[in-house]
Order: sequence, then structure tokens, then C-alpha cells
Amino acid sequence: MLLYSSFERVGEAFLKRATIMLKIKNLYASVDGQEILKGINLEIKPGEVHAIMGPNGSGKSTLANVLAGKQEYEVTAGEVTFLGENLLDKAPETRAKDGLFLSFQYPVEIPGVPMANFIKTAVNEHRVHRGEKELTAGQFLKLMREKMELVEMKTKLTNRSVNEGFSGGEKKKNEIFQMAMLEPKLAILDETDSGLDIDALRTVANGVNALKSPETSSIVITHYQRLLDYIVPDFVHILYHGKIVKTAGKELALELEEKGYDWIKSEKGN
Amino acid sequence: MERKVAMEEQNKLLNDVTQADYKYGFVTDIETDIIEKGLNEDIIRLISKKKGEPEFMLNFRLEAFKKWEKMEMPDWAYLKIPPIDLQSISYYAAPKKQPKYESLDEVDPELLDTFNKLGIPVEEQKHLAGVAVDVVMDSVSVKTTFKETLAEKGIIFCSFSEAVKEHPELVKKYLGKAVPVSDNYFAALNSAVFSDGSFCYIPKGVRCPMELSTYFRINAANTGQFERTLIVADDDSYVSYLEGCTAPMRDENQLHAAVVEIITMDRAEVKYSTVQNWYPGNKEGVGGIYNFVTKRGVCRGVSSKISWTQVETGSAITWKYPSCILLGDNSVGEFNSVALTNNFQQADTGSKMIHIGKNTKSTIISKGISAGRSDNSYRGLVKVMPGAKNSRNFSQCDSLLLNDTCGAHTFPYIDVRNKSSVVEHEATTSKIGEDQIFYCNQRGIDTETAIGMIVNGYAKEVLNKLPMEFAVEAQKLLQLSLEGSVG
Repeated sequence: MLLYSSFERVGEAFLKRATIMLKIKNLYASVDGQEILKGINLEIKPGEVHAIMGPNGSGKSTLANVLAGKQEYEVTAGEVTFLGENLLDKAPETRAKDGLFLSFQYPVEIPGVPMANFIKTAVNEHRVHRGEKELTAGQFLKLMREKMELVEMKTKLTNRSVNEGFSGGEKKKNEIFQMAMLEPKLAILDETDSGLDIDALRTVANGVNALKSPETSSIVITHYQRLLDYIVPDFVHILYHGKIVKTAGKELALELEEKGYDWIKSEKGN
Repeated sequence: MERKVAMEEQNKLLNDVTQADYKYGFVTDIETDIIEKGLNEDIIRLISKKKGEPEFMLNFRLEAFKKWEKMEMPDWAYLKIPPIDLQSISYYAAPKKQPKYESLDEVDPELLDTFNKLGIPVEEQKHLAGVAVDVVMDSVSVKTTFKETLAEKGIIFCSFSEAVKEHPELVKKYLGKAVPVSDNYFAALNSAVFSDGSFCYIPKGVRCPMELSTYFRINAANTGQFERTLIVADDDSYVSYLEGCTAPMRDENQLHAAVVEIITMDRAEVKYSTVQNWYPGNKEGVGGIYNFVTKRGVCRGVSSKISWTQVETGSAITWKYPSCILLGDNSVGEFNSVALTNNFQQADTGSKMIHIGKNTKSTIISKGISAGRSDNSYRGLVKVMPGAKNSRNFSQCDSLLLNDTCGAHTFPYIDVRNKSSVVEHEATTSKIGEDQIFYCNQRGIDTETAIGMIVNGYAKEVLNKLPMEFAVEAQKLLQLSLEGSVG
């Protein structure tokens, strides 16, 4: 019995270490010399949904972009580990292929590049990275149809150039479609709800929920409670002036909705 | 700090890719017959004699030479052209072996190897859906395929020398009719000394059943390359003609002054597509081909059509303005171009559309892409004569810059001499978006692939005009020539 339980303990410790998806430690980052993130600490385990809320300019999108590896953002201090490895050392495309996905707040248009070709290239880059064979045309089409259904995306969109002439809602659906195609371990949704009407919001949220699993996690960045009615977070963090100033369960979002950010501002004496 | 490392790595990658050695830089060791360097009347007589030409050809050459002697090299283009010593060039080079083959087994294995290195094996070409290949190695055609299939339809597709021998009446009738000997300095030079090229005649009412393609290749050291192409499409005929080029690496600059003439009769249509990838010089701007080309088509017949489509990525200097003279009523001219410059390359390219007939239409779509420290200029003339009633032109000139050290320039000339015609000109200049690259990166696509994708997307409108097999090659070429240089 004694022997068994010591084994168990070792096993638990191992599991615990392996089950940290993302760990952010004292992260500082600036853009054009202006400090935006001022010591972020955050730990995310597989299966968890974390919502990050906060007023405009608090650093939400900066955090998302720093994690994804955008060039203009300079990390001045701190550490980030993703699946136990140093994230900040890696090129953006490697981070992506390791399983980090960013759903952009403002997805860019790439004229002349058909969406289907774009996502096929992306999927195959991921597969090669994992040591898998590239998909055949047939396999790819099947996968694409399946995932398009998930977000109720129209077929014609994949024939068009990447995001070109897409409505606001279509662009956001397209982000979730790409997420479904790439099956990331950690998805960061940067204001995926902005610009969506209630039906589109529900579709997008359903897509996100369908992809949820005990092995995957997400960070949902939003201004509003309404998205969190559909994507229910395990934790809600409030980001203010580049720091997480409050962390609680999903009820925090409701509290925010009721009291507004002024409550936080006054609490922080600012 | 990590970010800096990542950026340095990316810059290094960009450098490696941008400054990779010219992929097709190799020399084929085939015995070559070269005449002494220099240019004078005796040399021209010698070229004509070596080729066993009839007298009208010699006279054509001599007339061109006399005109050329009185001409000056043009200096109006936005190009810095180093002095070219035309007396240090040898004006004739032909492979010594001039065999006639029944099958590929008999072809010089080294020549076949050259095509393998180019990724265009003749074996595959033969089987490629309906593509006849007339391979020009240096200046003399070595092999022509599909000739019999074409002959059944009455189509003549052969080397220029052969056409002079077999069809002198056609050559005499049409040579110099689109590009007169005195047209410009380089066309006159070409007319005087051209060694070989291709000739194509499509008889009345015949649609050429296959794409005709020629692979040109400059191969002998210090040999000026003067190709001559003449395409004649008789009434109600159609042909799609492809021209593609790569050249071996050279330290010395090589002059290339080709002439292409197209003539279309009533309701005939010619599509002429080019992918040009000559050695552009090294990353310091040393070496590379000087490419001074005169390409012109005359829509002689009513409702005839000529379209030029080009993807230009090579050469140290490009001076090239494929043009259409819209003589026949209701005739149509098109120019679709992607011109890419990198490192120290310079390109001054565009088109001329001369509207003479009534209800004539022309379209110019030009996509310039500049990288490195290169300069890329569009220069175009749209001229509508008084008699060209109700004519229309639409021009669109886009420039894409990949960094802050390269240049893009647009020089449109518009001259409209009647009131019923409409001419439209649109131009845009943009820089490749960091956000677009990051978006691709975030989906797992590395920067070099991303740039290739974005640029191909930008050029798509033109690439779509290319025949299928060429479009694929052109896409690869753009990706290869261009990656990197984002800053």
C-alpha cells in the first residue's frame, strides 16, 4: 500500500507538470517604447477556459499579440512557457504549429489568395511539423466541408480570397473555421464577439464549444458578458493598466456587467 | 531579448533566400562554333553566308546595319545602363553538331541533362498535354517536336533559318512589317545580326490545336543573343504561343536584343505568353543579362486580337514594351504584365497601344513588384488617332514595394486625338503588409512561403491569363525570385 501511494504521488506530480498548458510569469512588454504589459501572471491548465476582460487600452490585445509573437511587441521581462517549453524563443509560425491559435480581432485581407489554398497550406504545415503526411486533395476537401458546417460557413467563402469582401460576421466565422481546421491546443479569441449580431455570436460560440475538450484550453478576450453566456469561463480575469487586478469565477463577469469598469478604476484608486 | 534573436533569425533567413545563388546558373559544355568578335559589314555578310541565306535576307541585314550605324543608343528610359562595347561581342554562335533526330535517344545527353536541371525534361514535355517544344539552344534550333501534327493542319512552326530556306516567300512578305529595320537602335541591331529564332504561320481558318512553346537559352560565353520571332496568323486563325527563358550564370554582362513580330489578319487571334528568368546579376549587382527587346504586334485585319502576357523576373536590365498597333476596325490589344525586380535589378517596361482602326479596344494591366535595391518602372503609351472613332483603353498599373530601399515608378503617356474615344488610367502603389505576413505566420506558414503567397495573390490577375502549365511555373518563379527583402 505504501509503495502504491508513493507511486501515485510521483505520478500525480508528473501529471501536474505536464498538465500546465500555459504559464505566464511576470510578463512585461512594450510597443514603440511604451510599456503596455506590466507584470502579467497567469496559469492555464488543459480543459480550462479563461476570460480576460478589461477597459480599452488595458493591454488585452497586446497580451494576445505577444503570445502569438507579433514583431512590434517587445518583451522586456518575464517568462512564458507553453506546454513546458519557452514560448518567447520561438518564431510565430512555430508557436502556431505547436498548437497556439489566435483568432484575430481584425482579420486581414490577402487579395488573390483563395481561402481554401491558404488553409490547406496551413493545415499541411501543421501536419509536417507533427511528422504526419500532407492531406490529399480528397481528404482535405472532406475535412474542410466538415469544419465549415460547424461554423455554418457558406461554401463560396472558401473560394474567395482570404477575408476579401467578407462581412464582419463572415470574417469572425472564418477565424473559428480556421481554428477548427487547425485543432489548436490553446486558442486565444481576441474580441471575437465584436461586430457580431446575436445569431452570428451564437454560431461562433457554438463552434468554439464544439471544439472544447479536456485537452484544449482557451483564452477569451472580450469587453462584454454576453459572449460568456455562450462560452462559459472557468476563470475571469480583469486586466487593468497592464496587470491582472482581479481573478474570480464566471460571476465576476456578471458583476462587471452590472457595475462597469469604473468600479475597478475606483477600487484601484485611478 | 528573445524577440531580437527571432528577428535576427528571420533577417538571416530572408537574406539566405534572397541572396541564394541563381538556381539555373550552370553552363552546358557543348561544342560551339563562334565567329570572331566585332561588328562591321563583313561580319554581317559572313553571318548571312554561314547561314546560307538568300539575297533578300542579306539585303535586309545590310539595310538594317546602315540605319543602325547612324543611330544612338536610347537614353530616355529610367535605367542606368553601363557602356556596352558592341565590338567585343561575337555575333554568331551555333552548336557545331547540327544533328537531326528521330528520337530523344539520339540527342546529346548533355543537352538533355540541361533540360533536366531546368526542371523541364523534353521527355515530359513531349507528353505534356498538347505542347510542342521548339528548343532553341544558343541560336540554332536543335530539336522540333510535334511538327508533323502541326503540318497536317498546314501550320508552319520551325526555326527562323529553316523558314528562310523552306518558306522564303512568307518570310519576305512579313519580316520587318511590324518592327521596321529602323524602328529603334536595338531592333536595327537585331535586324542586322540576328542568328536565329522561331517562325510560325497559321493558315486561314485553323485553330492551332496545341500551345506552341520555345525555350530560349543563352549558352555560349560572350555571345550576344539576337533572336528573331515572327508569327503570322491568317484570317480566322488562332494560336497560343509560349516563350520561356532561363540562362546560365555569368560574371560578364550579356546583351540580349530580341525582336518579336506578330501579324494578325481578319478575325485572327494570337496569345503570346512569356516567362523570363535570365540571370539577374549577383546580390551586389555584378553581372546579369541586359535585355533590350522589341515586341510588337499589328492587328492588321478587322476584329483581330493580340494579347501579350509576361512574367519578368530576370535580367540585370530590362527594356521592353510589347505593343499593339490596332489597325483593323474592331481589333483588340491586350497587355498583361508582372515585372519583379530584386537586388540591383532595373526594369523599365510597359506597353504601347496605338489605336488606328475604328472601335478598337485595348487593355493594359501591369503589376510591378520591387524588392532589394531595385528600380521598377512602368512606361506606357496609349495613342488614339483621329480616325480611331469610339476606341477605348483601360490601363491599370499597380506597384508593390517590399521594402524601403527599392523604387517603383510609373510613366504613362496618353495621346487622344478624337472626341469619341475613352481612355482610363488607374494606378496604385502599396507596400507588402506586415500584418498579412503575421497572419500567415500565425497559421503556421513561414515568412518566405507567406511572401510568395501574397505576391502570387497580387499578381494573380495576370498569372490567370497564362496557359495552365506556364502559370504553375511562373508561380514557382515568383516565389523563388522574390522571397525575403521585407523590411
